[in-house]
Amino acid sequence: MTKFSSAKELEQYRQKLQEQRDTKKTCISICSGTGCHAYASEKVVAAFEEQLKKQNLTNMVDMKRTGCHGFCEKGPIVVIHPHNYCYVKVKPEDAAEIIDQTIQRGKPVERLLYTEPKTEKKITLETDIPFYKNQTRLILGNNRKLDPKSIDDYIALSGYKALIKTLTKMTPQQVLDEVKKANLRGRGGGGFPAGRKWETTKNAPAEPKYVIVNCDEGDPGAYMDRSLMEGNPHSVLEGLIIGAYAIGAHEGFVYVRQEYPLAVENTENAIRQAEEYGLLGKNILGSGFDFTIKVHRGAGAFVSGESSALMSAIEGHVGEPRPKYIHTAVSGVWNKPTCLNNVETWANVPFIINNGAQWFASMGTPNSTGTKIFSLVGNVNNTGLVEVPMGITLREIIYDIGGGIPNGKRLKAVQTGGPSGGCIPEKYLDLPVDFDELYNVGSMMGSGGMIVMDEDTCMVDIARYFVNFLSSESCGKCIPCREGLRQMSRILNDVSQGKAFEEDIELLEELAEVVQMSALCALGQSAPNPVLSTLKYFRDEYDAHLRGECPAKVCKALINYSIDPAKCKACGLCLKNCPVEAITGEKKKPHKINSELCIKCGNCLDVCKFNAVIKTTGKQKTAKKVN
Amino acid sequence: MTNVFLTIDGKAVQAEEGTNLLQAAKKAGINIPTLCHHDKLEPYGACRFCMVEIEKNNRKKLVASCCYPVENGLTVNTKTENVDKIRRILSELLLSISPSGAHVDIAKQYGITESRFKQTENPDSPCSLCGLCVRYCAEIKKKHAVCFVGRGIDRTIALVPGASDTCSSCRECLDICDAGKITYLVDMVQEISCPPLRPFDRSD
Repeated sequence: MTKFSSAKELEQYRQKLQEQRDTKKTCISICSGTGCHAYASEKVVAAFEEQLKKQNLTNMVDMKRTGCHGFCEKGPIVVIHPHNYCYVKVKPEDAAEIIDQTIQRGKPVERLLYTEPKTEKKITLETDIPFYKNQTRLILGNNRKLDPKSIDDYIALSGYKALIKTLTKMTPQQVLDEVKKANLRGRGGGGFPAGRKWETTKNAPAEPKYVIVNCDEGDPGAYMDRSLMEGNPHSVLEGLIIGAYAIGAHEGFVYVRQEYPLAVENTENAIRQAEEYGLLGKNILGSGFDFTIKVHRGAGAFVSGESSALMSAIEGHVGEPRPKYIHTAVSGVWNKPTCLNNVETWANVPFIINNGAQWFASMGTPNSTGTKIFSLVGNVNNTGLVEVPMGITLREIIYDIGGGIPNGKRLKAVQTGGPSGGCIPEKYLDLPVDFDELYNVGSMMGSGGMIVMDEDTCMVDIARYFVNFLSSESCGKCIPCREGLRQMSRILNDVSQGKAFEEDIELLEELAEVVQMSALCALGQSAPNPVLSTLKYFRDEYDAHLRGECPAKVCKALINYSIDPAKCKACGLCLKNCPVEAITGEKKKPHKINSELCIKCGNCLDVCKFNAVIKTTGKQKTAKKVN
Repeated sequence: MTNVFLTIDGKAVQAEEGTNLLQAAKKAGINIPTLCHHDKLEPYGACRFCMVEIEKNNRKKLVASCCYPVENGLTVNTKTENVDKIRRILSELLLSISPSGAHVDIAKQYGITESRFKQTENPDSPCSLCGLCVRYCAEIKKKHAVCFVGRGIDRTIALVPGASDTCSSCRECLDICDAGKITYLVDMVQEISCPPLRPFDRSD
């Protein structure tokens, strides 16, 4: 491949690619994102390849391994173009039928279509599925249309058009002004206006300047950055190059977790391709602008996602945060001005340049413009990646897109913002989701994690889980985070075991406030959120635990299993499934659980066909206050 | 060197540009407690005892005075309700690890002799992980013989593998240790002087 030395050459190449591509040709596009990959999508790909070969169709049909489509609950997902038929939970053995029915005869395979749970109606077209229909897929949209390993796919879909516009028609200042006008806020957590950050780095006197993509996504259950980096790496690179041009940086880094091997592979591949095409390197498209990108692999510490810790890691030090009273935008990597933005933030940039700030700002709310990708997980029917305009309500996300709560359960709370976000109670379901509204109710946007919890969730247990997670991810540098989280975790463990007293809760609250005020970095400062928000909205659950009861019947120390003799049919199923032989009983006699031996695993309850196993809560409080 | 003018605890204070709030306060005779700061070393901001409240553009903010550079017109309060609350809790947190150490004096200033938090099992070290020894060895002596290992509550001080080659046996790390020459630092230094050195084992 020859390097493009001008924008014109690239445009001519794009035109050639688009002419070559026959939009009417059948294309089997198979999601190869992380979720579908885990559901063995590779085997589905192999099955299709084999069948196509068998039936001599290889030349008639295109096959594409695409990035994550987002509907991970129903993976592996296969979409047949140009019909736009969407098949869910496809197995390798389905390949023959799909080829026979759809590819040969143009008919949908009914049994593989998505079924709307409420109406039990089959939905044929991908675009008609409520999960997709109610989203605004700006950033994620191209994931399902392109092969992430092919720069030609990206170029054919108008890729690098924004870069051409930037380099040929705009001054760095104009690019900056456009991003500022769009009011793009950082998608990584803090929501700091990206344009202002760019401007600070641009105006900082020191040289050289650096730009960084933060792909050190580590929140449990969150994978939107991963899916973008794996599924459409060129969109992030394009944003980064445009940003570097505006800021005046000639070197950039992509900091990506070692645990994301596919993201590393696809990013490195994308950089190599962009270099070959002359979109990176010296004199990009003949504009005189030079820019190179290096991939830096993270070594696995959650805290390294914090900007100053990430920069320490790039320098080769331990990834530990530094005090940031002088912003990293002024003094970052090797004390040089460094502009760091999250994956999703950079991916927004080409859209702003192509369509203008006004268009971008027309989506979302005045202070939170554009769309946001959430990873919708937990007790919700359609788990997956969801992209929506900001300002949409939680109710729309959970019920219209997410399909509601499974098994007819009631929603209890939504946890947003990752481990250090807060739990928002059901009463705020109509809250418009944007940076400020989430903050006002004691949670945060974070990087976009959204965990839906039903009535069977214990909020004390949730707070305990997140504080434990953060305590083990604390770097240990500052005292409030290291020791404060250790003590918060201890108190919460006591509460969940019914060993705590009123004064412990007061101390917990006091400690949480101090950690929030005094920790060195954002990890520590936001770590008390799960505690403070659950204390604020679910205080009654804490009080119940003090009395020795766990209302959701989750905390093992406070629950008991027993068998209702009236319902027990003495089938022996529970007895067989008890791992500790705590259940005794004979034929035709109701069984019994020995609570001394019971480890409260819940197996008996799960296997009983007669609802004879009862879970109760409440225990006599015997522990005395010791200190 | 340019001077800047600021107000600390209602007192007009003049300070050299490039210095920090902690140094400016000290010069004006206002004592701010700290465990991890040393004038010869780069600001570190780990102990958080030196947090103070600043007022800027009519907004109050808590900052670590050892890291915050002096600014013209800044109003600083070193004793506010929140500052006291932080120092009290920090003292209690450290007392829960060890009944002795440099934090005991600060705790006393706040009338605290006992912690409301549960004691850590086997409290054997008064070390607050202030990192003075680590940073002194690296920044002043340029030896990098002492380091941190582990993360979070497993963080501890250790010798860099092969430290016997780099350590000049100056023992200045002991002198700089506020916690009163904590035992394992002493042990480590002795170990270096008496080869063979036991290499640092990750499984420890």
